[in-house]
Amino acid sequence: MAKDEMTREFKLVGTRALRPDGLDKVTGRARYGADFALPGMLWGAVVRSPHAHARIVGIDAAKALALDGVKAVVTRADFPAGLTGSDWDIQENVMAGEVALYDGHAVAAVAATSALIAQEAARLIEVSYDLLPHVTDVDAAMRPDAPAIRPGSADHTVPDGMSPNVVSYIEYGRGDLDAGFAEADIVREQTYKSEATHQGYIEPQACVGQLGADGKGEMWVTTQGQWYVRRDCANVLGLDVAQLRVTPSEIGGGFGGKTTVFMEPLALALSRKAGGKPVKLVMSRAEVLRATGPTASASMDVKIGMKKDGTMTAGRVEFRMQGGAFPGSPVPDALKCAFAPYKLPAVLHIGYDVLANRPKAAAYRAPGAPMAAFAVESLVDEMARELGLDPLELRQKNAVEEGDQSSYGPKFRKIGLKEVLAAARAHPNLAAPLGPNQGRGIATGYWSNYNGDTAVSMAVAEDGTVQVSVGTPDIGGSRASIGLMVAEYLGIPYESVRVNVVETGALAINEPTHGSRATFANGKAAVAACDQAIKEMCRRAAADWGIDAEAVEWIDGAAQPAGPNAGKFPPMSLAEIAGRMSDSGGPIAGHFEGIPRGVGASFGTHVVDVEVDPETGRTTILRYLVVQDAGRAIQPAYVEGQYQGGAAQGIGWALNEGYVYGADGRLQNATFLDYRIPVASDLPMIDTVIVEVPNPGHPFGVRGVGETGIAPPLPAVANAVAAATGVRLRELPMSPPKVLEAIRGRRDG
Amino acid sequence: MRYHTPQTFEDAARIAAGAAGVTRFLAGGTDVLVQMRSGLVLPDDMIDLKHIPGVRDIARTADGGWRIGVAVSGAELGEHAALKADWPGVVEAMELIGSTQVQGRATLTGNLCNGSPAADSVPGLVAAGAMVTVTGPSGSRDVAVETIPAGPGKTALAPGELISAITLPPRGAHGGDAYLRFIPRTEMDIAVVGCAVNLVLDGDQIASARVALGAVAPTVILVPEAAAAITGTALDAAALEALAGAASAAARPISDKRGTADFRTEVAGVLARRVAEIAYARAKGHAK
Repeated sequence: MAKDEMTREFKLVGTRALRPDGLDKVTGRARYGADFALPGMLWGAVVRSPHAHARIVGIDAAKALALDGVKAVVTRADFPAGLTGSDWDIQENVMAGEVALYDGHAVAAVAATSALIAQEAARLIEVSYDLLPHVTDVDAAMRPDAPAIRPGSADHTVPDGMSPNVVSYIEYGRGDLDAGFAEADIVREQTYKSEATHQGYIEPQACVGQLGADGKGEMWVTTQGQWYVRRDCANVLGLDVAQLRVTPSEIGGGFGGKTTVFMEPLALALSRKAGGKPVKLVMSRAEVLRATGPTASASMDVKIGMKKDGTMTAGRVEFRMQGGAFPGSPVPDALKCAFAPYKLPAVLHIGYDVLANRPKAAAYRAPGAPMAAFAVESLVDEMARELGLDPLELRQKNAVEEGDQSSYGPKFRKIGLKEVLAAARAHPNLAAPLGPNQGRGIATGYWSNYNGDTAVSMAVAEDGTVQVSVGTPDIGGSRASIGLMVAEYLGIPYESVRVNVVETGALAINEPTHGSRATFANGKAAVAACDQAIKEMCRRAAADWGIDAEAVEWIDGAAQPAGPNAGKFPPMSLAEIAGRMSDSGGPIAGHFEGIPRGVGASFGTHVVDVEVDPETGRTTILRYLVVQDAGRAIQPAYVEGQYQGGAAQGIGWALNEGYVYGADGRLQNATFLDYRIPVASDLPMIDTVIVEVPNPGHPFGVRGVGETGIAPPLPAVANAVAAATGVRLRELPMSPPKVLEAIRGRRDG
Repeated sequence: MRYHTPQTFEDAARIAAGAAGVTRFLAGGTDVLVQMRSGLVLPDDMIDLKHIPGVRDIARTADGGWRIGVAVSGAELGEHAALKADWPGVVEAMELIGSTQVQGRATLTGNLCNGSPAADSVPGLVAAGAMVTVTGPSGSRDVAVETIPAGPGKTALAPGELISAITLPPRGAHGGDAYLRFIPRTEMDIAVVGCAVNLVLDGDQIASARVALGAVAPTVILVPEAAAAITGTALDAAALEALAGAASAAARPISDKRGTADFRTEVAGVLARRVAEIAYARAKGHAK
């Protein structure tokens, strides 16, 4: 079926249909995490460590408990012991045990009858600490004499003699590396560093949790994945998973940062201790920045061999990433993405997962890919300049295509990198003239995309409208995309489909909206669910007509006899069948549970023009182009939105965003004033080109578009700054002081 | 917390003088409320000045200057054509602060009394030679605006004292002022360096000038050496170079999350040059 669908003309897929949540969002009616309230609800506040690394000597909550209105205080003593592995990691991150591991680590929480009383009570909880030596820089954390953050937490992969903070070691590759480098005309090696950045979602974490002594609980929460919240909260608190029901709110951004739990189990623990009264917890921005998942900081070595004509002969990367005081930096995915765009006969990947006294890293849009792209695409650009080659041509020359073995192992199926590069070359931005102090940068990025546990159900209503229940909170317009695919497939109007994001009690487990999977996985699952309903509707029509069910087919939203031999009956529409369903056999529905196969990878190439003020080092983005393979754009406006959003976040990462730690290990910039995300006026309108090389693994050709777009901006901007200034910055962010210092170095040297 | 709404500045001063705990005056509230929300300041007494008659007024003084009430917002300054024509640098500096929403509340006096060395509106006021009226329990006095900042988050106001108005001198003929700040972004940011220049021309020559720098010292500073570098010149290349050198030499910045000392020192000179050129063009009557 898939191949036929690909060449078909669509009525709805590919149109710019209105998003079903649009009216609620523009009128302020949409309910986000902090909008939920219940009668008798208490408010929570969290006490956090002001130290980067400190033994917790004592917690005295007497004064807080004496305050009028305070109903409960919880510490780690209120959580079950004996957890292991990642469950223990999550519990330890939710509430410190013996040691506070980073500035902002929760050590106690309190619930009271008002937010003000809760905050006052939190200030009255006295925590005494013994300070321990700390380390926040990844390279410093890897030194053998670095303060040991969690001795003994290294896994079996780590060779002897490493710093105790190295918890995992990765090494893989293929081909003869030495021969590859020997074959090259030039071999270059450089080191690049990037600072940790935060997802920067507008909506802080917020939830209301209720948990009774009977072990039954409810939670209303802003999240990318209600089943993950259910599982993680249950594990952390020792509950039976199915006894907790989790309802997601509308979500004000997540970018991966809302795929796990931070303070959500605290709301349930406080509720349980307060006799089952619901407890609301809403993070401040400072709490979000100090204690929810940023991504990793990275230190990266890259070595590439290249012939004079630009042919790449070998590549080696060594990436060191810290993901906070817990295992799980995105180094595996970073390695996977490093050389993915290139045909390379020989390649070696080495990675270190390193602990540091920072908050536990969470996923952030294509985790690891932006850092990897920054390192590799910067060096590719440096070598292109050295050899006098056009950077786009060089990428076209080495680009992978269908059937090539990827740098990380598997053979590529149908991919669209060459089409993307050709579309970039054809865009007018490449011909725009550049003035003094201006430069153009080009870079490519990759993300493999993902499927994951998926459960979807659809059901026909009495009037022929259709509801679809999905488990993935709608971040980027997925309800519209799923609605378009279902309406297209059933042959009914888009307006006749309502897509609901449902609570955990309504479907089997679903993975979150992550891995660029929502439109891919739900689309494929919804088609399977619709097939069940279509089969049943054909059966009902056949029964009515008195013919074989196999002799009925579904065309244009109606059951029709399959050819003249089947009999001569007028089409029976979905609405007609629906109107009679109670008399013809009862409810009509379909469902899918499984892991949709056939994920399609997505490549993107970005082209950016910048101007750098030679006297202040300030970079202005003049024009910006995103070209990316969507497979098929179900709703092009939301695809463009994803492209632009990824570019905006990547530009911020490249230029001004970054965690700033003082010598004391405290985060210096836990506000949006000093954690400098780009504001609207910082960016030009970001131009987009949607390339469509349909994914044969999906009924509509979808690949998934959310993540790839954040990888190219880091190197693209770095390459543009190098072109504009003549100096190469190998450390992010490229803030004005660093750029000016580099320019001055060139002037003086 | 006790919330007060005095009808006169003298009453406001008396309430403040009699308060035992933490006291805050409330005008626009764009600093105080943010500090309260983040738990940095929890006042025992909050004295709201917006009920005092005249605090929202912008008025010509008898000698042709301007008297600006303590609750006049940035947006109101920006809409006042005559004031803006006289002191475009003062007004453009105030208008840089915060968002559109913040502009509807934020005030010159609040920006001054918050005591930030990076306060955007203060260099412009200093360069303009603004005076402030300080009201205390024992009466009022007028002092130069640059005597108010005393260090990060600190002012020279005694307990029980508050500012009751800001006065800008008469603009006179052939004058111009301007303000620029350096920020890594385009708005919604805090000055890494700020610089204001105010000058008066005699023909093409600069007859007098005042140069003030922000965010390069514990307080906003007036830099007479920088003014001297351009006084008597037609702002030629040599004068601009000397101005930049004097501004950089006067900078005594720290390195922090917003920028290094080296960067601030160098950019102080760059901004001084650029601002002086704008002020000079304005004094010549060229819109810039």
